[in-house]
Amino acid sequence: MPEIKVTPLGAGQDVGRSCILVSIAGKNVMLDCGMHMGYNDDRRFPDFSYITQNGRLTDFLDCVIISHFHLDHCGALPYFSEMVGYDGPIYMTHPTKAICPILLEDYRKITVDKKGETNFFTSQMIKDCMKKVVAVHLHQTVQVDEELEIKAYYAGHVLGAAMFQIRVGCESVVYTGDYNMTPDRHLGAAWIDKCRPDLLITESTYATTIRDSKRCRERDFLKKVHETVERGGKVLIPVFALGRAQELCILLETFWERMNLKAPIYFSTGLTEKANHYYKLFITWTNQKIRKTFVQRNMFEFKHIKAFDRAFADNPGPMVVFATPGMLHAGQSLQIFRKWAGNEKNMVIMPGYCVQGTVGHKILSGQRKLEMEGRQILEVKMQVEYMSFSAHADAKGIMQLIRQAEPRNVLLVHGEAKKMEFLKQKIEQEFHVSCFMPANGETTTIVTNPCIPVDISLGLLKREAATGDTFLLFSFFL
Amino acid sequence: MAAHLKKRVYEEFTKVVQQQHEDLSTKKLRLTKPSKSAALHVDLCKATSPADALQYLLQFARKPVEVESVEGVVRILLEHYYKENDASVRLKIASLLGLLSKTAGFSPDCIVDDAINTLQNEKSHQVLAQLLDTLLVIGTKLPENPSVRMRLVEVACKHLTDSSHGVRNKCLQLIGCLGPVEKGVAKEAESQAAKDVQKIIGDHFNDQDPRVRTAAIKAMLQLHERGLKLQQAIYGQACKLLADDYEQVRSAAVQLIWVLSQLYPESIVPIPSSNEEIRLVDDAFGKICHMVSDGSWVVRVQAAKLLGSMQQVSSHFLEQTLDKKLMSDLRRKRTAHERAKELYSSGEFSSGRKWGDDAPKEEIDTGAVNLIESGACGAFVHGLEDEMYEVRIAAVEALCMLAQSSPSFAEKCLDFLVDMFNDEIEEVRLQSIHTMRKISHNITLREDQLDTVLAVLEDSSRDIREALHELLCCTNVSTKEGIHLALVELLKNLTKYPTDRESIWKCLKFLGSRHPTLVLPLVPELLSTHPFFDTPEPDMDDPAYIAVLVLIFNAAKSCPTMPALFSDHTFRHYAYLRDSLSHLVPPLRLPGRKLVSSTVSPSITSHEDPSQQFLHQSLERVYNFQHLDPQGIQELLEFTIRDLQRLGELQSELAGMADFSATYLQCQLLLIKALQEKLWNVAAPLYLKQNALASAAAKQILEETYKMEFMYSGVESRQVVIIHHMRLQAKALQLIVTARTTRGVEPLFGMCEKFLQEVDSFQRCFISELPHMQGSFVDKLLDLMPRLVTSKPSEVVKILQTTLRQSTFLHLPLPDQLHRATANIIEPTGESDNPLRFTSGLVVALDVDATLEHVQDPQGTVKVQVLYPDGQAQLIHPKPADFRNPGPGRHRLITQVYLSHTAWTEPCQIEVRLLLAYNSNRSKASTRIPKSTWSESLEALPPSENGIEGTIPFSKPVKVYIMPKPARR
Repeated sequence: MPEIKVTPLGAGQDVGRSCILVSIAGKNVMLDCGMHMGYNDDRRFPDFSYITQNGRLTDFLDCVIISHFHLDHCGALPYFSEMVGYDGPIYMTHPTKAICPILLEDYRKITVDKKGETNFFTSQMIKDCMKKVVAVHLHQTVQVDEELEIKAYYAGHVLGAAMFQIRVGCESVVYTGDYNMTPDRHLGAAWIDKCRPDLLITESTYATTIRDSKRCRERDFLKKVHETVERGGKVLIPVFALGRAQELCILLETFWERMNLKAPIYFSTGLTEKANHYYKLFITWTNQKIRKTFVQRNMFEFKHIKAFDRAFADNPGPMVVFATPGMLHAGQSLQIFRKWAGNEKNMVIMPGYCVQGTVGHKILSGQRKLEMEGRQILEVKMQVEYMSFSAHADAKGIMQLIRQAEPRNVLLVHGEAKKMEFLKQKIEQEFHVSCFMPANGETTTIVTNPCIPVDISLGLLKREAATGDTFLLFSFFL
Repeated sequence: MAAHLKKRVYEEFTKVVQQQHEDLSTKKLRLTKPSKSAALHVDLCKATSPADALQYLLQFARKPVEVESVEGVVRILLEHYYKENDASVRLKIASLLGLLSKTAGFSPDCIVDDAINTLQNEKSHQVLAQLLDTLLVIGTKLPENPSVRMRLVEVACKHLTDSSHGVRNKCLQLIGCLGPVEKGVAKEAESQAAKDVQKIIGDHFNDQDPRVRTAAIKAMLQLHERGLKLQQAIYGQACKLLADDYEQVRSAAVQLIWVLSQLYPESIVPIPSSNEEIRLVDDAFGKICHMVSDGSWVVRVQAAKLLGSMQQVSSHFLEQTLDKKLMSDLRRKRTAHERAKELYSSGEFSSGRKWGDDAPKEEIDTGAVNLIESGACGAFVHGLEDEMYEVRIAAVEALCMLAQSSPSFAEKCLDFLVDMFNDEIEEVRLQSIHTMRKISHNITLREDQLDTVLAVLEDSSRDIREALHELLCCTNVSTKEGIHLALVELLKNLTKYPTDRESIWKCLKFLGSRHPTLVLPLVPELLSTHPFFDTPEPDMDDPAYIAVLVLIFNAAKSCPTMPALFSDHTFRHYAYLRDSLSHLVPPLRLPGRKLVSSTVSPSITSHEDPSQQFLHQSLERVYNFQHLDPQGIQELLEFTIRDLQRLGELQSELAGMADFSATYLQCQLLLIKALQEKLWNVAAPLYLKQNALASAAAKQILEETYKMEFMYSGVESRQVVIIHHMRLQAKALQLIVTARTTRGVEPLFGMCEKFLQEVDSFQRCFISELPHMQGSFVDKLLDLMPRLVTSKPSEVVKILQTTLRQSTFLHLPLPDQLHRATANIIEPTGESDNPLRFTSGLVVALDVDATLEHVQDPQGTVKVQVLYPDGQAQLIHPKPADFRNPGPGRHRLITQVYLSHTAWTEPCQIEVRLLLAYNSNRSKASTRIPKSTWSESLEALPPSENGIEGTIPFSKPVKVYIMPKPARR
């Protein structure tokens, strides 16, 4: 019997360094090639020796597919292609291809320049790697070779995120990457047709969560910002350069527009400016509202949001500042935080998760006195707010996608084992399909039952159909 | 004798018309009939290749074919059809056959057999489909011929087994449109095929082609629309179709399920995989709810829309639609809505500052969580969060309809509606505000909800703010803090957008009168009075202070203890506001205050009957005492007019009626005055004054009649006749006066002719009303018509003069509802002393904001006029989008008027006013013209949309101070 084999090299019962090997009808495809945020040693990249022990990567793999530009999905790409050595095609969508090298370069800078690591990939390697990339459009069927074809679907999550369908003959696999089933301020919802794949590989970050409506959260956020600005306070929003930052910008921008507010909004320069440029370009990848109104005005050409300058932090009066990085552990956001922390009129809003040990985590857990470098004690009088803006599908969303695609088997990756367990049980119960959740390095084999195409002359078929002997005809062929 | 004459008049008229008609048509026939079909025949025979033939057919299709020659053409086409080998030409012929059968007046039963025969030997699927389409056209043209329809249906059933989807599609469509609907017919039919159309169609629900499946469902819906009661048995089939791969199938299936749920709401269906049974409407509701999270947005919109009309659904199913159990890491979490509610009920003030107050609570039993519901769970939660705003709007609409019928659901959906106030698309926000207003009688807003609602007051869109004011007018607030909050936010709104003044005051008026007891404890604070100290008197012109007073005074109306809290200046301000803003400040009974006692006591307003009686009595009096001496009549008319006008001022409900009848009497009075002069008998040129008076009267009557016809809404045809009659009299008067003043006969000929034409058209338009007009001017005139037509102008004038004098005064019946169109310019206010300066030759935009009441079709009729000091007048047509419709009978015009002029030496005032444009072609009279005689000529004329015959000013002019400066060089 024909089989599909799936081996996660990363993201199997885990979040981070997504890398999944799929063997389908004799073709080998690698889905994503990410790094792990939690490790600084060899474990940060997937273990490619699993493949290389049998020979060269290029000989083994038919293609590599990158779902979106987050580093846990593309961070290991230059290492994989340039240092381990892979010369085959790498597929990604146009926005991903545009933004990916920016993030990789940033990642390289932090690791090499800041942490002083050696034996890491270089800028040149990133460039060489990007030369191997083939960009694809949404819903465009790309023939990798005569038999293998791939097709991208919209996935929400971040700009350019896509789900991929991999098809060889009658067998097919859908890999979702990260996706979001509820639309947000700048991106639409993931969508797939009823393609009935043999296997659906889906992320399961929020396998055990059902979220409240986005509107409540947005309203809370806007209300808090608005109140602070009205009192004459300053609002600091630490963000990462890409993704949520743009969503929050759009949110604030439209709110300012609607409410006719005058307080300035600033955005820290550098990486973000570059990224904003790409958001402006790839307008077709955004949501309905932005797509519809961009004829009058491109929503990413912000009217109220201006570039930030260091000197502005001391300006009197209310203002809102977006600053990087998102966890307040270094850089501009920390500098501004230190300046503003002493005033109870001010506010800091953390729009995402903070890793333990960072200033962000400390203030979120209620610490009001912080020890800074040089034995300084910083008293935090400003208000601290937490607001979760996360763009993964929740349990309901995952179920909805499975319902849309109607797969014959489901495989869970990119999530915690315990949570997967719950979802797996639910999927099996609701859809009566088998569900798998392999750990890293563990191979899952799925038996498929593909139909076999048969060539037949049209004349013969018509004649036989007319006499009603189709059954005889087919039994003859079999 | 008179009757005889009249008859002759009619005969003559009709004769003339008929003859012309005959002449024309016979000519046409003789010219075209043979040439048309013959030419086609010749062309088709000449055609050497299929392409040629196709070309000829295409050319032929462009020209219309007369009814008489259709059959001939069809025969020729059929002849060629059999000869033709090329499928494309046959296809074109088939489509032409359908086109020809559509010709108005042609009865296609003569070609049915031929058309059916063509089907027999046809091999091409496309041609077959086209032929079936033709049969469909033929069938729909013959609704009274069940046997033909039956045959057609049988033919269609035979072709249902065709291998092409197009043919099957058309067959199903044909069966849906022509299939027998009545039970009786179906039984009589011997043929097995035609017996059960439903079953035949139902069999194709499982067709392999999605297009055929869609066609089958559509055919079923078509049958339902034509009155056939669908069987409940197809419900199961329809449910299966909901899971179809193709969106058009699913979309049609949703419709079908909805239809069935309306047909059999109470029947019981089993739930698969369990022994339970539920009502069909509940089951269908659950299924349609499921489709709200479908993959295709078209289906989602459809499903969301249909949900709104399923009102028989039981309440616990309904409430499930808003249900969404949250969890985080398998632990139950409360929604933001629940948290807000709890906060409110625990009395705790908005904390919300805690990180993790949304922390998950109890553990959830993993088995009990249902991630994907087959039921109605969370349908609206999904719908309202949808990616496409079309779906969201549909969901809001559906919420509105369901909430209107179920108060408990209204209470529950409130949180969600409030959330929608923050949608990113303005239309959705507006829609949800309107929805909330519609259900406001069922709900009371909690403080935290009010907070969110009020936050929208800062929206920069005027529509949103005004919709919100409207909403606040009819909201119930639960606490005094709520009222305070609302007031504070409204005042904030007022300072930010001063143009919202009127709307905010109105809003506070209703807010005050709805919540007197909640306002009471706030009064000292609002008026900033102090138990011991006198506080400074606030500025009376401050809009914010006026707003506060409006709220308090309206609350005081039903709260007699409140005035005791007022300080002295408040009473003075009351008197002032009662006078200046009487529509906002109600009459109050203030203890020991003289200055308020003069206000109209409420006893008058509560009784309408006496005043209505008075109106009718005074009118009666006028109509009855017609045989009074001339002087007496004049006096009576004058008094009655005065009475009516006063009545109109006092009684706003009767204003329309009173004004209307007063205007009519005024016309009559003018007419009598103009005719009554003894001096008429004296030679004309000697009495210039008399002539001037009469022509002025004629002119005024004309103006007044236009006002009567076009300024009042609710005028019926009975009134229109009388108005037109009055106008005719005025025109007669005009003719007489002109005849007396002009020398020479030449110009008179034309005028007489024109007048007679008008009499003629009057007769044609109002022929049905003529019997009611015994003894009137036009009645007598029509008797004399034959004489008038032949006589000289001078004689005509003489006849007119005597008829005018002798004719009786027509009674003007009043309609039940009559309202005068009014306009009030809110902006510009005309108060500013600062001239609007601009460089001459350039353009300045002036914002105009006006409310219009009882104006029908304001987009077409309301114009803005600008009068410059040099007498130059400009007419400006506002864009249709500038008109908003806040309520029935009310309109709001918000537009910009562009001004420009050459330089002036000093600032000067221009006048801005609103005009009502009219066009008697578009008036009610024109619709009454009998179609048979006039339709041709009307169609020939291009409809003159912009044709404005005249204008009636209907608002007070507002003066604007402007100053065009000379351009600097």
